[in-house]
Amino acid sequence: MERRVFAYSVVSTGSFDDVGVVSTEIKRDLEEAGVERETVRRVAVICFEAEMNLALYTERGGNIEVVVEPEKVVIYVEDDGPGIEDVEKAMQPGYSTAPLWVHELGFGAGMGLPNMKENSDFFELTSEVGKGTKIHSVVFRRRENAA
Amino acid sequence: MRLKEVVERLGLEVLAQGDPDKEVNWAYTSDLLSDVMAGAQPGDLWLTIQRHMNIVAVAKLRDLAGVVLAKGIKPAQEVVGKAQEEGVALMVSDRPLFELCGELYQLLRGRG
Repeated sequence: MERRVFAYSVVSTGSFDDVGVVSTEIKRDLEEAGVERETVRRVAVICFEAEMNLALYTERGGNIEVVVEPEKVVIYVEDDGPGIEDVEKAMQPGYSTAPLWVHELGFGAGMGLPNMKENSDFFELTSEVGKGTKIHSVVFRRRENAA
Repeated sequence: MRLKEVVERLGLEVLAQGDPDKEVNWAYTSDLLSDVMAGAQPGDLWLTIQRHMNIVAVAKLRDLAGVVLAKGIKPAQEVVGKAQEEGVALMVSDRPLFELCGELYQLLRGRG
C-alpha cells in the first residue's frame, strides 16, 4: 500500500451536534483505503477525542491529518486554541476543566487525552498557553488482526 | 445472540433498524461518551440514557451492535435520522436501565 495522506478540518461551532462527523469520515476513509479494522478502531477513538477537544475548547477549531503508511498510521492534530496550562494534569484520567453543562451532555469526563494515549503506540502532546496545542500520535498496524 | 432476538426478548421498540442479524457479543452501560469509547468492545450493545446526536457517532466508531435508550427516553428525530443514515441500530424501552441490564445479562450468559 502506498503512503496516503488525509486532511480534515474541524470547525468549532459551540454545539456538540456535529461532533463525530469528522471522525466518522476518517473511519470511512481508512476503511476504503484498506486499513484493517482494529487499527481503524484505534485511530477512530483518537480522532473522536481530538475532534471533541477541538469543538469543545478552541474558538476556531483546528486540523487533523491522518497519514496511512504500510506499517503505521500517523495522526497530527493542530489548533491555535487556548493551550493547556498543565499538560501533566490534563493527561491524568478523570482530570477535567469542563463546565457542568458539558458534563451533563456526557462529555468532560477527563478521559479524552488518556484515551488518545491509550490507543496510541506513540503519543506526544505539546502545548503553549495562548498559542495552541499539537498532538502527534502513531498507531502501529497489526495485520494479524485484520478482519 | 443476534440483535433481532435481543430486541424481541427484551421487548425493545426499534427506531433505526441497523443490522438485525448482527451478533450481540456482550453489552456496555455508561452515559459518558469517552468512557464508552474507552470501554465498549466491538459487537457490544450499548445501554444508556444519553440521548443526543453523538451517541450515533460513538456507536459507529466503536462498531457497536446498537444503542438502547432506557427509561422511556426518546431521542430527537434528527438523531433517529442520523442512525438510519449511518446504519446504526437504535432502540428504546420504557423500562429502567437496571432491569434491562439484568435481563440482558441473563440472556447473554445463556441463562435467559
